Amino acid sequence: MFHFDVVTNWIDEFLRTYLSNGWTLFIEFVLIGIVILAAYAVLALILIYVERKVCAFFQCRIGPNRVGPWGLIQSVADMIKILIKELIKIDRADPVLFRLSAFLVIIASICTFGAIPFDRGLHAVDFNIGVFYLLAVSSLGVVGILLAGWSSNNKYTMIGAMRSGAQLISYELSCGLSLMTIVMLSGTMQLSVIVEQQTYAWNIFRGGIPALIAFIVYLIAGHAETNRGPFDLPEAESELTAGYHTEYSGIQFGFFYLAEYLNMFIIAAIASTLFLGGWMPLYIPGWESFNQVMDYIPPVLWFFGKTFFCVFLTLWVRWTIPRLRIDQLLNLEWKILMPICLVNIVLMALWIIYV
Amino acid sequence: MKIIDELLAQLPFATVEQTGKEYIVSVPAENLYETASFLKNNPRHPFDFLMDIIGMDYGDSLGVTYILSSTQFPGYILVLKTELADRENPEVDSISELWESAPFYEREVHGFFGIVFLNNPDMRRLFLRQDWVGYPLRKDYDADPNINPIPLSDEDLDQMEDLPCIEVNQGNKFEDHHKMFEAEEYVVNFGPQHPATHGVLHLRVSLDGETIKKVDPNFGYIHRGVEKMCEAYTYPQILHLTERLDYLSGSINRHAVCLAVEKGIGLEVPERAHYIRTIIDELTRIASHLLGWGSMTMDMGSITAFVYGMRDREKIMDIFEETCGGRLMTNYSVIGGVMNDIHPNFQRKVKEFIPYMCKMLKEHHMLFTGNPIARGRMEGVGYLSKEQAISIGATGPTGRASGWSNDVRKIAPYAAYTHADFQEILRSDGLTFDRYMIRLDEIEESLKILEQLIDNIPGGAYAAKTKAIIKLPEGEYFQRVEAARGEFDVYINSRGDKYPYRLKFRSPSLTLVNALKHISIGTKVADLIMLGGSLDYVVPCIDR
Repeated sequence: MFHFDVVTNWIDEFLRTYLSNGWTLFIEFVLIGIVILAAYAVLALILIYVERKVCAFFQCRIGPNRVGPWGLIQSVADMIKILIKELIKIDRADPVLFRLSAFLVIIASICTFGAIPFDRGLHAVDFNIGVFYLLAVSSLGVVGILLAGWSSNNKYTMIGAMRSGAQLISYELSCGLSLMTIVMLSGTMQLSVIVEQQTYAWNIFRGGIPALIAFIVYLIAGHAETNRGPFDLPEAESELTAGYHTEYSGIQFGFFYLAEYLNMFIIAAIASTLFLGGWMPLYIPGWESFNQVMDYIPPVLWFFGKTFFCVFLTLWVRWTIPRLRIDQLLNLEWKILMPICLVNIVLMALWIIYV
Repeated sequence: MKIIDELLAQLPFATVEQTGKEYIVSVPAENLYETASFLKNNPRHPFDFLMDIIGMDYGDSLGVTYILSSTQFPGYILVLKTELADRENPEVDSISELWESAPFYEREVHGFFGIVFLNNPDMRRLFLRQDWVGYPLRKDYDADPNINPIPLSDEDLDQMEDLPCIEVNQGNKFEDHHKMFEAEEYVVNFGPQHPATHGVLHLRVSLDGETIKKVDPNFGYIHRGVEKMCEAYTYPQILHLTERLDYLSGSINRHAVCLAVEKGIGLEVPERAHYIRTIIDELTRIASHLLGWGSMTMDMGSITAFVYGMRDREKIMDIFEETCGGRLMTNYSVIGGVMNDIHPNFQRKVKEFIPYMCKMLKEHHMLFTGNPIARGRMEGVGYLSKEQAISIGATGPTGRASGWSNDVRKIAPYAAYTHADFQEILRSDGLTFDRYMIRLDEIEESLKILEQLIDNIPGGAYAAKTKAIIKLPEGEYFQRVEAARGEFDVYINSRGDKYPYRLKFRSPSLTLVNALKHISIGTKVADLIMLGGSLDYVVPCIDR
């Protein structure tokens, strides 16, 4: 089985033979930063293309098919367009907060993105409190959204931001509690260890019913965290034109747009890491030849395969189900998901003790 | 009818004429309120449905014509007329307390004729800017662009929301002003440019958090003065304007004007034309309901459902394209029949469409009707009682969802509807879900009509011969048809010329916006949009 640590270790040793420890680290940090930013941008382009194609599939359409073969370069063209668009100055907006908020949103998203284990050796930050870090950093985005809505000097953005605040803070709870269930099962918060533990049985199989419940709750709550339909109340284009980012243009809008797509990916990536074994292939104990075949598929592909499966699920939901109303949204969280999560934690404790 | 004759006999000051099922009652202006109140509130035959208020300029005097009908005997129409001799200061008592539809109608008449309705609390112009000079539908209106130049600045908000009113208290008239919104209210604009207003409608909404406190609709952003234009157009030319009203049920509107003119010149229309027109009307209705359904689902955030609706509508558009040449503006009915004979493929394609649509309706139900989020949002929201629907005059699917039987195809059948056996779909709850369901059910019913008619199109000519110049004999002509959104009426006042002296369209959508104003109070912002979708108004129909 080919792991990416071969490459990364080789780069590390190569640098260390010629440079001092400090310089090696410095160059590695810069490299990692560039790779993460590049991966972030490229993934966003891929996701936008995928979304448009999948959405077209659900709507009996063809989707982008003009720019490049099968419209593959469409999102690149869109990116160039958004880069050269004018940044419109908003009258009587708070200029500092207005600019800052777009950065806050995307920084929160990139920080989370950096902590995702793509493969052994393709893992930028591996804290021993990885899960905790993911939750903490990803919830910073709501500050950016609130500021964006507040600083735009517009009533639509204000309503959108307030909805967003209520929504994100509520769903953060279910998100955290469902991940907590898996942390209980694993006994650690370190992502690399959690993945290694799932060698012979992914957490969703290992944890049985409580893990399955946690997985479903996490998908729902995580989907709500990304502000995408049916939970797109902060944007709600039929009510609030574009919600909190109504007044943004050009690449400032692009930041929100990128963050939205990448958050969708991040939620799917966390789901696949914690529940579906991350980059671990599917092993079935006892089926040696089957396991060997599985080994031929590189772990990075396993990771992206699982993640894009989860992404597909969210797209499916997004393009099928109508939007919730704010009271339905909060009812769903506080009256249904939260109690389920709390009971589920007890269930998981029982599962760990007795099974 | 005996009851109406007896009722009218109790009004000594009224002069009554009767033609068929129409009663034309003329009363002096000072007795108008008394008459209207008597007609509405009498227990034997209450005229509870105010169809329209029409302003008139008779040359030496102005006039107001009220068209009344009842839910008890909906086939009978009572035209209540009054004349106002004073052109400088025309005043008549408001009937806005009697019917909830009256305030908007009176504002329209006020804006175009300058007639002041005493005691109407809101005497703003409905379609024009408040600073407009002159009254456009009067015959002596000066259309010089120097008098009303194209405005280069926005309308003053204070002026827009200042409600002038002339009150009469024990014989003393005094002018009063109200404010639409208090200074501390949180007012949000929905429109004129907004993704969910289905056209250029401007709603000023006062919010308390997410809850709606007050709605103030502003119209006229795309007002084209169709009624004024009609006064300078010949009858065949007018037909083209009708499709630009409610563009989604364009061919039905056109049908109405054709029928009115044919009635006026006493033209016998071939049976074949009647059948073809009816089939085209029903196809239009299906297309319109599909779009209405789709845009309602999109208002609720389900874009896929909208695309499904558009996909099926496309089939109808293709059928239209082959036979009529146009897709949205079919330009098909003409005075005396239809423009051309049907395309050889027409019958086959319609017959293919019927089972296809039946299948797709099931898919629509599967995708959206059963969805728990959709049900949760629609149920228990936007209650419109039957009494209120009648009082507002919310005809069409909206009224029928509240249990008001108002289908003109049943009440006063026209064209080939007498040959088709179909049900008038009625629901009783008057909630958003009923207005949603009734559209899908009506599609099914329309398919049944199509099924019965498509194979039985009689042979013969597709149009009767008409004179090159069509002159309508002096008189008044009134035609009701059932458009996709409700009752569409044409009133033509002719003085024997090739142009109408006055032409008025009843817009079903105007009453629907009025309904929105009433039923959205206390709901959430998201519900306002959804309710707008469930009422399915089309703005060009309002802004005639």
